[in-house]
Amino acid sequence: MIRVQDLRVTFGKGKNLFHAVQGVSFEIKAGEAYGLVGESGSGKSTILRAISRLTADWSGIIEIDSAPLSHRRDKSTARKMQMVFQDPYGSLHPRHTVNDILKEPLEIHGVNNRDSRILQALSDVGLSIDLRFRYPYQISGGQRQRVAVARALILEPEILLLDEPTSALDVSVQAEILNLLTALRRQHDLTYLMVSHDLAVVGHMCDRIAVMNRGKFVEEISAAQLRDAEPEDAYTRQLISASGKYDRETAKSFVSFD
Amino acid sequence: MTSLLRVKNLSVTFDTPRGPVEAVRDVSFDLGHERLGIVGESGSGKSQTGRAILKLIAGNGRVEAGCIEFDGMDILGASERDMRLIRGARISMIMQDPRYSLNPVVKVGDQIAEAYRIHSRASAKEAHKKALEMLETVQIRDHEKVYSLYPHEVSGGMGQRIMIAMMLIPDPDIIIADEPTSALDVTVQMQVLGLLDDMVTKRGMGLILISHDLGLVSSFCDRVVVMYGGRVMEVLEAKKLHEAQHPYTKGLMNCAPRLKDRQTVLPILQRDPSWLTD
Ligand SMILES: Nc1ncnc2c1ncn2[C@@H]1O[C@H](COP(=O)(O)OP(=O)(O)OP(=O)(O)O)[C@@H](O)[C@H]1O
Ligand SMILES: Nc1ncnc2c1ncn2[C@@H]1O[C@H](COP(=O)(O)OP(=O)(O)OP(=O)(O)O)[C@@H](O)[C@H]1O
Ligand SMILES: [Mg+2]
Ligand SMILES: [Mg+2]
Repeated sequence: MIRVQDLRVTFGKGKNLFHAVQGVSFEIKAGEAYGLVGESGSGKSTILRAISRLTADWSGIIEIDSAPLSHRRDKSTARKMQMVFQDPYGSLHPRHTVNDILKEPLEIHGVNNRDSRILQALSDVGLSIDLRFRYPYQISGGQRQRVAVARALILEPEILLLDEPTSALDVSVQAEILNLLTALRRQHDLTYLMVSHDLAVVGHMCDRIAVMNRGKFVEEISAAQLRDAEPEDAYTRQLISASGKYDRETAKSFVSFD
Repeated sequence: MTSLLRVKNLSVTFDTPRGPVEAVRDVSFDLGHERLGIVGESGSGKSQTGRAILKLIAGNGRVEAGCIEFDGMDILGASERDMRLIRGARISMIMQDPRYSLNPVVKVGDQIAEAYRIHSRASAKEAHKKALEMLETVQIRDHEKVYSLYPHEVSGGMGQRIMIAMMLIPDPDIIIADEPTSALDVTVQMQVLGLLDDMVTKRGMGLILISHDLGLVSSFCDRVVVMYGGRVMEVLEAKKLHEAQHPYTKGLMNCAPRLKDRQTVLPILQRDPSWLTD
């Protein structure tokens, strides 16, 4: 479904040139959920942004269904693939109502039956229709994130790129969103590429997981290997030891990997 | 333990077109030189409790309390001028959405340097140096490069650490940290918590950590306040969080996925209206 080969992404020019992603390759089968974890600033969001062509300076091959993507965003792949952004506050336009937010992609892609699609999308993500004409600041963080998921689903994509879809949410809402994503994947046979810094969340959601550090993959492991804490790589082991609970001695013992 | 802050019967009510919203109701706690956690679901009043202490409540809100006392000062009766002297310098708050709180057109390093200059009489050069040091303290790699980036050019976790650096720089007596590590990868999260830990254990600071991560709070904090619907459900010793008896606290503990055993469906919190009445 998705094949990425030797993806490289840079920002800036000349002496400010920065290699955010440095030759990353992976494949995701149709219906699979693939996770990306790793250090803050290691390039996880950048990979998702390159796949959705929100960033221009990339090289390598990105194939969707064996068709290589060009650097320009085109409508047909945009329909096939949607992204849920890391920041639920920033990604919804503050002066657009929920209805406006859900209607916009339908207008761009000239889809009919807009009212029924909007109602369906709200019900898919478990939002009451009372919220339809509210502004983002008038709904809770969890409801905002549901709106973001509804917007991503409204064009009935096959692939969802999920950037920290629950990191801004409390555990009870997180459980609801994760259950929702699991159910939607089953119902609509979706393929997920999901970034999270919470190893328990990726372990719960994903089949395979790539661990990133400084723009590169350090290893790819299965969810079972993650659960059994059997990674090869020292950085991955450090991640697992930091997971879930604070320990002063462990925190002080961390080394940086280059 | 001597108390740094006393909050008694705090309520925060917002006026809305659809009637009053009681965001915080009758909340009381003391803070010593310790790590106090506040946990609870979204909308339970955690942030508004933190903001009320600094009188940072939106225009449509009212704060009522028996007392809010900090270092012998009555915060409730303090003027806006007094509050400006307290905020940042004595009590600082790390806000929940970092990138919202940063100025989009100023380089992040300059924003940290500016925060330092407001509270000290440092020269521009000293402030620059101090800002670089702070970036290093919060575990940002390539701090020279990051200094000159604008907020939209930093990753989610970097933005959060930049906010933390700005709040730590005046060396306050109390830090209210609202979800300070929710966008950080787990190793950096541990290192940032290690930093806050040092401020409490070595410098005697008081820390209020607002978080939805119960595992983290129970391993990091000394005591935990559990909030629901604006009220305190219970206050527990952090180490005993997993022995909590209240069904709400137990429910929250169960919702989180666990690395060790995979569940097909995560348990959802079943709320009970009686939690708010008795
Ligand atoms: N527009 C930009 N200009 C310059 N540098 C950028 C830009 N966008 C991202 N970067 C840099 O690229 C690197 C990777 O950023 P990215 O957002 O992909 O990290 P991430 O792995 O998603 O981190 P986090 O977990 O903190 O969200 C960072 O060092 C960041 O500063
Ligand atoms: N300006 C406002 N006007 C009306 N209601 C408000 C206002 N600000 C906050 N509220 C309401 O107050 C309640 C408590 O909000 P608060 O921000 O303290 O929640 P929280 O516990 O921090 O939640 P989260 O985990 O989602 O950040 C919520 O129901 C919220 O909608
Ligand atoms: Mg990111
Ligand atoms: Mg909050």
